[in-house]
Amino acid sequence: MPVFEAIALAFGQLRAQKLKSGFSLLGVFIGVTFLIAAWSIVNGMNVYMTEQFAGRIIGVNTFHLRRMPNFMPHVSDSAWRAWRRRPRITFSDAQAVAQAISVPVLTAWESSDNVTIEANGKQVLEAGVTGATERYFDIKNLRITQGRPFTAQEVRSGVPVVVIGYEVAEKLFERRDPVGKHVKIAGIPYRVVGVVEEQGKLFGFSLDRFAVAPALSPIQDEVNPPGVIDALIVKASSVELMREAISEAEEIMRGRRHLRPRQENTFVLETSEGVLNFWGGIKRILYVVGPGLVGVALVVGGIVIMNIMLMAVAERTREIGLRKSLGARRRDILRQFLAESATIATVGAAIGVATGIGLSVLLDAATPLPAAVSPMSIVLGVVIGGGVGIVAGVYPATRAARLDPIAALRQE
Amino acid sequence: MNFRTGDTPHPDVVILAHKLTREYDMGLELVRALRGVSVQIRKNEYVAVMGPSGSGKSTLMNLIGCLDTPTSGEYWLNGQKVSDLRDDELARIRNKEIGFVFQTFNLLPRADALHNVELPLIYAGMSGKARRERAADALERVGLADRMDHKPNELSGGQRQRVAIARGLVNEPSILLADEPTGNLDSTTSAEIMQVFGDLHRMGQTVVMVTHEQDIAAHAARVVTLRDGVVATDQLKAA
Repeated sequence: MPVFEAIALAFGQLRAQKLKSGFSLLGVFIGVTFLIAAWSIVNGMNVYMTEQFAGRIIGVNTFHLRRMPNFMPHVSDSAWRAWRRRPRITFSDAQAVAQAISVPVLTAWESSDNVTIEANGKQVLEAGVTGATERYFDIKNLRITQGRPFTAQEVRSGVPVVVIGYEVAEKLFERRDPVGKHVKIAGIPYRVVGVVEEQGKLFGFSLDRFAVAPALSPIQDEVNPPGVIDALIVKASSVELMREAISEAEEIMRGRRHLRPRQENTFVLETSEGVLNFWGGIKRILYVVGPGLVGVALVVGGIVIMNIMLMAVAERTREIGLRKSLGARRRDILRQFLAESATIATVGAAIGVATGIGLSVLLDAATPLPAAVSPMSIVLGVVIGGGVGIVAGVYPATRAARLDPIAALRQE
Repeated sequence: MNFRTGDTPHPDVVILAHKLTREYDMGLELVRALRGVSVQIRKNEYVAVMGPSGSGKSTLMNLIGCLDTPTSGEYWLNGQKVSDLRDDELARIRNKEIGFVFQTFNLLPRADALHNVELPLIYAGMSGKARRERAADALERVGLADRMDHKPNELSGGQRQRVAIARGLVNEPSILLADEPTGNLDSTTSAEIMQVFGDLHRMGQTVVMVTHEQDIAAHAARVVTLRDGVVATDQLKAA
């Protein structure tokens, strides 16, 4: 019997016993749905992390000079305590490094904390308040839509002005123009000079709940101890220039900290690679756990199909006997039942692919999780699904093929 | 006609059974269902095999139908020695040489008459169009040209058995092998089915029928009676 006849027969069987077939393909369906959905989420997050997140948080061709890493996978308590004992980055460190770098770069100071911002009797709780220097907006690609950024002059003289995020402006001033008005940060009034373009959300967190004031304005007392910053941000125009700037910065800092050649750095020079390594760690875990869960679902699905097929063989013993008496060889019967279990599983996988895609689209639209369906996962879903069907069908089909036609025909 | 081991049968002989025995090892005891049966059936004979239950007629039918192989002895079917063939070769012989008709019809309940008749042709490897034509011809021969798209549950008992006969005929087998073909039918329908067998025989078909009913066996030209695993009588009826 040709393969396509066997498949046509299998579809007939599927149609005839819709409910039973529906249950039997459930396991494979769930496995493949999960495969597609989970893969598309990891895939989407990957795109997000590499193209957007890392770029936004640290920036392309940019490094941060910090006391300790901002993004770290797992650190031991002792390493953590050692980091905490390191000296902080001081104003003079930042100035010295910025001056000593010979390649063309943009630099900015950054110190942040979560502080409540008030105006007009309204509040934005725990907004990200940053003390920074004037290049901060260029380096971070923050476009000002109303007003202007603060100037180098304002930074040097520590004027209490502020550039606020879109959400802060919306919450405190609703539809009115905030430029020229005042907000209170930790009780001190600042004049709003600009509003930053809407940034949207990342993993459900608003990127628009922030305010940036000049580093030497009164904000410095809120965000850090005196004379200290969180990070010096350095942006070069290419990777090569950035690497050069990093090595220059390292040299200066080691000199300033009087580190001997074998001593470790007591500061970090963090690039977006660091963030990506952090994400890479998470991804590795997902790549182990995800396939594991898919595997469990598919094994269960395979066992269900095998049981259903064993039942089918028992129920259709007489039919098998008849087919054998009419000239079906062992391989014909084997092929018929293999085609049936493979068809059940492939149909399950196909429905799983459709549901998985639907779920991904839904997740992408309804939740902050980014999702992008990978074509590879669709191919893999169908192939693995069908494969599970064939593997699960081998034992029942072999039993069917080995049935003695006389005994099979006698069966009620 | 005397046949000795080592001979080949006369070309006219379709079925040649020579000292066939079949024993079943039931663990505690050895059941000897056939104790040396020798029968020859020529082309275009119409033979009924009779005998009480336990006489070995079902065992003989299974051997003749190539569903089983003998413990000892030789079985030749249409010039080919089949007593020592393997499983898949037996399947091929069943497909080409034998048309089965069962007491319980054994039709596939979800398939229509045409598809049921097509089944042996599928296993013969025939392609779709030729297959449907041949199956339609066979249904016409048993008078069911207008019932091709009916499912078994839409047909009467007699019609079902005629579909089964068409299925038996469709591969143009050497023998039509019927096992109690009227066992599930009333007497009127039985007569109708026996008429079909009679017609097929007149058109040249070799028919072997296993039955325990005297009046059904009476339709055959020759009656072989088994008792306790051996041939008790083998009578030709005067035509």
